[in-house]
Amino acid sequence: MEALQILERVKNRFGDRVLEISEKKPDPFAVIDPNAIVEVGRFMNEDPELAMDCLSNESGVDYKDRVEVVYHLFSYQHRHGAVLKVKLPRDNPSVATLEGVWKSANWMEREIFDLLGVNFEGHSDMRRILMPEDWIGHPLRRISSSRPNTTESQRSGRAR
Amino acid sequence: MSTLRTEEMTLNMGPQHPSTHGVLRFVVRADGEVMREAIPDVGYLHRSIEKIAEKVGYRGFMPYTDRVDYVCAMFTNQGWGMVCEKLAGIEVPKRGEYCRVIAAEFNRIASHLLSVGAMAMDIGAMTPFAHVIREREMINDLIEELCGARLTFNYMRIGGVAWDLPPGWREKALKYLDHFDPILEEYNALISWNKIYIERLANVGVITPADAINYNLVGPNLRACGIKWDIRKDIPYSVYPEFEFEVPVGNGQWGKLGDSMDRYVVRIREMAESSKILRQALEKIPPGAVLAKVVRNFKPPAGECQIRVESGRGDMGWYLVSDGTGYPWRVHVRTGSFAAMGIIQKLSAGLMIADLVTLIASLDVIAPEIDR
Repeated sequence: MEALQILERVKNRFGDRVLEISEKKPDPFAVIDPNAIVEVGRFMNEDPELAMDCLSNESGVDYKDRVEVVYHLFSYQHRHGAVLKVKLPRDNPSVATLEGVWKSANWMEREIFDLLGVNFEGHSDMRRILMPEDWIGHPLRRISSSRPNTTESQRSGRAR
Repeated sequence: MSTLRTEEMTLNMGPQHPSTHGVLRFVVRADGEVMREAIPDVGYLHRSIEKIAEKVGYRGFMPYTDRVDYVCAMFTNQGWGMVCEKLAGIEVPKRGEYCRVIAAEFNRIASHLLSVGAMAMDIGAMTPFAHVIREREMINDLIEELCGARLTFNYMRIGGVAWDLPPGWREKALKYLDHFDPILEEYNALISWNKIYIERLANVGVITPADAINYNLVGPNLRACGIKWDIRKDIPYSVYPEFEFEVPVGNGQWGKLGDSMDRYVVRIREMAESSKILRQALEKIPPGAVLAKVVRNFKPPAGECQIRVESGRGDMGWYLVSDGTGYPWRVHVRTGSFAAMGIIQKLSAGLMIADLVTLIASLDVIAPEIDR
């Protein structure tokens, strides 16, 4: 199926919980209600016509007024893919984890948590993955309230 | 007689360990020699490459992409070039695409050589590593002649490649391939079909096809599970549709489907296929320009897109968000090693500690690619 057809099918199933479908080329995407993302994910994974068996990429983007989590889904069975997004507030962004549907979400969500500060509810292992454990802030945030480039111990004057 | 007391041990492996292929750390919980769990700890090589992209602009980022995966830097170059071209709608000249394929396939052979050689060394066979490094040096010489660098190539540009093939290079490349094909046989006779080697690899770290997809394994690791999937064939890019080549898959010939031996053999067979592609590409390369005309101050329209490129470690996804200025708003690279590390914790349960080394080597994990 074409990406737009896939998104239409999701729209038909979930109605107004699909907030917006962008047809902009080259990659169209659908914006999903953050409260419905697990349900939508599970439907796309289990529906035989879509059969999205792989979460090929999950990444986060900070737009100064919101934080988006972007899901690139792919089906090895039907060889098609689609892009979903959720828009979250910049203060304490939080969305349910998709780890229960696709295992690959585990590490990618840890990375988004680490670099962008999105909390994934229900995640089995929500720790920093790339930055040091005592890092302050989230480096891929566009404007950081706390001074970046430091860890707790560096800031308190002790060498690491 | 009372029974012997047993207790669980916690071992630390790495970050400096000869077989971790870069700076990686594992916390191993083991019962004697059998692991209960190996918990990977990554991030030692995090250089915030995605953040750098937001600061240096589109063209300035090209040399940084080399550092995402320095063992196959041609593919990271190509991925960055392709994602910018897709967003801006730039068409690469035919000869430019051929140059890209030629450079990239040589790089794939070099990358797989290092992978299979390092795998033998991790298991304890030192000699094969010297053989593969000798072959890899010759490829490095060829690529050095092409772009001036041996590891971080910075050969490709948005819209094509930086330089055309130098005079006489084509003949040298063909001569090298004539030399390389028998070497592969020699290498197989030396190590691949060695009984001890097969016993060390077969039935170790078996991955089921369903797990491979669920954990988003890519490239040779995915194909070793019997899934015939190659971005070059299935989502064709560049000029790959013009070449005839096979996609080798694992068949569980030596043990179970998706074991370490399958992953090893898939890499060996892929080198032969790359050699086939190279011969065709060197034969068919058309004349013309190698670089499209791209404005100096490159600014793609606001929008976003993703591309996938088949690198030495498999499907590499580049996600780019542009706000229409000269600097990318967000770049994200999804790499094969990152996904492969995610499955190690699951696979490690019940393995011997010595087999953890085999497992890491067979997944062909490159540390800088995990951490970026």
